[in-house]
Amino acid sequence: MELNTQAAHQLSNLLKEGQINSQDIVDALYRRIKATESRVCAYVRLKDTSLPKLGYPQDGVLSGIPVAIKDNICTEGLVTQCCSRILEGFRPPYDATVIRKLKKEGAVILTPKTNMDEFAFGSSTENSFFGPTHNPWDLRCVPGGSSGGSAAAVAADEAILALGSDTGGSIRQPAAFCGVVGMKPTYGRVSRYGLIAFASSLDQIGPFAKDVEDAALLMNVISGYDSNDSTSVNVSVPDYSMSLTNDVKGIKIGIPKEYFIEGMDPEVKKIVQEAIDKLKQFGAEYREVSLPHTEYAVPVYYIIATAEASSNLARFDGVQYGLRTLANSPSGQLMEMYKKTRGDGFGAEAKRRIMLGTFVLSHGYYDAYYLRALKVRTLIKQDFDKVFADFDCIITPTTPTPAFKIGEKVKDPLKMYLSDVYTISANLAGIPAISIPCGFTKQGLPVGLQILAKPFAEEMLFRVAYTYEQNTNWHTAKPKV
Amino acid sequence: MEYDVVIGLEVHLQLATRTKAFCSCSTVFGNAPNSQVCPVCLGFPGSLPVLNETALDYAIKVGLVLDCIIQEQTKFDRKNYFYPDLPKNYQISQYDLPLAKNGYLDIISENKTRRIGIRRVHLEEDAGKLIHRQNNSVVDFNRCGIALLEIVSEPDIKSPQEAYEYLTELKSILGYLEVSDCDMEKGSLRCDANVSLKEKGAGELGVKSELKNMNSFRAVKEALSFEVQRQSALLTSGGKIIQETRLWDEKKSETSPMRSKEEAQDYRYFPEPDLPLFVISEDKIQKIRESIPELPKEKMQRFIKDYGLSEYEAKILTASKKDADFAQECLGSYPDKNKKILVNFLIGPVLSEANNKNCIVVALGIKPQDLLELLRFLQQEQISYLTAKIVLTEMINTKNSAVNIIASKNLIQVSDSAELDGRIKAVIGENPKSVEDYRSGKVNALMFLVGQVMKKTSGKANPKVVQEILKEKIKNA
Repeated sequence: MELNTQAAHQLSNLLKEGQINSQDIVDALYRRIKATESRVCAYVRLKDTSLPKLGYPQDGVLSGIPVAIKDNICTEGLVTQCCSRILEGFRPPYDATVIRKLKKEGAVILTPKTNMDEFAFGSSTENSFFGPTHNPWDLRCVPGGSSGGSAAAVAADEAILALGSDTGGSIRQPAAFCGVVGMKPTYGRVSRYGLIAFASSLDQIGPFAKDVEDAALLMNVISGYDSNDSTSVNVSVPDYSMSLTNDVKGIKIGIPKEYFIEGMDPEVKKIVQEAIDKLKQFGAEYREVSLPHTEYAVPVYYIIATAEASSNLARFDGVQYGLRTLANSPSGQLMEMYKKTRGDGFGAEAKRRIMLGTFVLSHGYYDAYYLRALKVRTLIKQDFDKVFADFDCIITPTTPTPAFKIGEKVKDPLKMYLSDVYTISANLAGIPAISIPCGFTKQGLPVGLQILAKPFAEEMLFRVAYTYEQNTNWHTAKPKV
Repeated sequence: MEYDVVIGLEVHLQLATRTKAFCSCSTVFGNAPNSQVCPVCLGFPGSLPVLNETALDYAIKVGLVLDCIIQEQTKFDRKNYFYPDLPKNYQISQYDLPLAKNGYLDIISENKTRRIGIRRVHLEEDAGKLIHRQNNSVVDFNRCGIALLEIVSEPDIKSPQEAYEYLTELKSILGYLEVSDCDMEKGSLRCDANVSLKEKGAGELGVKSELKNMNSFRAVKEALSFEVQRQSALLTSGGKIIQETRLWDEKKSETSPMRSKEEAQDYRYFPEPDLPLFVISEDKIQKIRESIPELPKEKMQRFIKDYGLSEYEAKILTASKKDADFAQECLGSYPDKNKKILVNFLIGPVLSEANNKNCIVVALGIKPQDLLELLRFLQQEQISYLTAKIVLTEMINTKNSAVNIIASKNLIQVSDSAELDGRIKAVIGENPKSVEDYRSGKVNALMFLVGQVMKKTSGKANPKVVQEILKEKIKNA
């Protein structure tokens, strides 16, 4: 039995029984990384990193368990650069709150960090300065994004657990493409302190895991109010392990008709329908519901997210940290330094979003774009409120298609944006959502089932997801890398 | 052509909170560059702001004192622009929901009360400080992130002098609230001015210019006066004013253009997503209202009523809170019902000592009791007014007590006529012309003679006694 293939809850037991130690797990992971990483490319800066520090508290929830971290979550003294050239060599002087919490519970922070679309701008991890990550199920395919590295690392058994961030589906979509569990918590459930912001009102950090139980374990550690994040919410955190009950009797599931439209992959549609039927078999009820403003989610998202991003990314200017490209001529040095640094430092998608965001906030356009988008965002949230008044959860496919080929959509940003069409609404509404494996296409690509619930009802997600997982074995399938 | 002057002022005030607006760094002035910084105020990636509640309380307090409407809900916005002193390249400020709005400040101008509207009061964060050196520029971020209050007046101010009065009154009130140092030299109070001219009596406003870089209230007044002259000359000669920002040059005493409206930036304001909406409860407002101390106007009225001061005297003595407290302690402990000697001494020698040292009275280091001790000598005519002034300076410089100084220098004045007799006779003998002048009705001549006697006694003679004896002797001679 290779330790790197095991779930954290299984490894925890072995650790407690004294059968293995933490170093054994790290060694197993590094052996695997050495064997497969040249094909998967889940991690970045692999060569330059030292061995992780062991020996944090022995009695923590995650003692001895290695966790892989997305490259946009600050780790003290360890390069964190959002897979962008502009943050070259940036070593944060502090740990993100989630990292602090992981360390406090004894987790081992892996030193290479996971690949991602630059600044989380993308749905395929192709927009990384370090090059794309490959889907372990089919190396010709993308792993999804932006947290493609974290998803692929867990799927390829190059990681036990991983953290990602989700602004419009960046955890759930790659989780679906890679056949692992990924959750976007309620906005405000997990502190954003130390997460390098993409769109502050949408970003949430969340877990990647090999099964639902591990996702709950990781959520137990990272959740909770943080006085350093004014948008984190002071609501007590339940023990999510307690919601891992194999029981969905009487649970009311809404199936939004707007998500099962023509043009979606028929195989995905069939597999998701089978999953819903399976839940019905165990006593859940389902009915078609409507989320009428769904069609506006993508345009609204690309206004709000780019507006916030254009401002959040303004700080990367070559003055204090990261890349600085000096001006050639002494005249107009400052302006030229700004322009050259940002011109050299940002990739094409980052530039595109900065320009979009700058445009929608500009004088004379603000009301027509940004303000209107905020209003529609409220309508989208109200759609969910109405459904959750009568239903415990909503189930949808996580993505309209399985993983697509590397290079297939890079030339067509709009097509790429539409791959997040099912995941974006949860970010706009601030509600929690989970993606779990629910089958494979004939080509052998994983399909994800998305479950959504009302704010702070992560327990409902875990309960439904766990029940489904206990009665299926999709999550135990392993890719041949 | 005659013009009406239209002025609006924007005051930026650093709040005297212990920590910065959105992080817990110290706000102490004058420490080594970049020694009071953290990931938040340096705008490091991943850091997030957390509002300093004291800054919010201070801002509400100022809003209340300026009779503003305090918004039930307030929010922060991002003001986006690139500059190396602004580490995030946006400033957290307030745009469409300022904390307080629609207030006023009453000022006295040419003996008339004038009500100046306050358009808005909002909270924002300060930027760092650029230091330009010969070959490069460096930034000190100690100041970056300190809570700033922006107080914007309506364009109700009608002259540079009124602008001066407005600033003086505002500073006085803010000083009483103890929410800021209000020190323009340290940059804790800054003022920009908008000024335009319009045809006398016309309704429509003229094109304005915005003046920056004034480092004192006097500079604000001078810059405005210059600008009024410049605009008026330009208009009279058929020229047109263009909307622009102009910098005041203290040395040249003139303004020069910095940037025109065409180059004006689009700040792309939008709601700060890292901070929630803040609800300001009626309860909170009430608590803050109760914490507002007696303000200069009220204190002035009380000084007039309780101590029989003139309005002029009361106004001077209540200009700063600390000095008003000092004056009050003196007035309360002063044994005579008639406070004339004390008040004259306070607004005379004491205040001029403070002015010379460019500080407030309290900073002279004299306690009210020490001052009263000195005044006791004056009251009992044991020393002259002149001597009292000398002793005061000595007290300030040496921190010695009045009793010790008077005793060690043997300054008790001579009132004994026998002792003065000889010197007075001598002075009469030496100044026959003045004696004649006095006889012929020139009162000043007598004062000259008194001065001569004072000189001969090294200022120790009691001038009243000298005067009496002189009159007597000249009459009988």
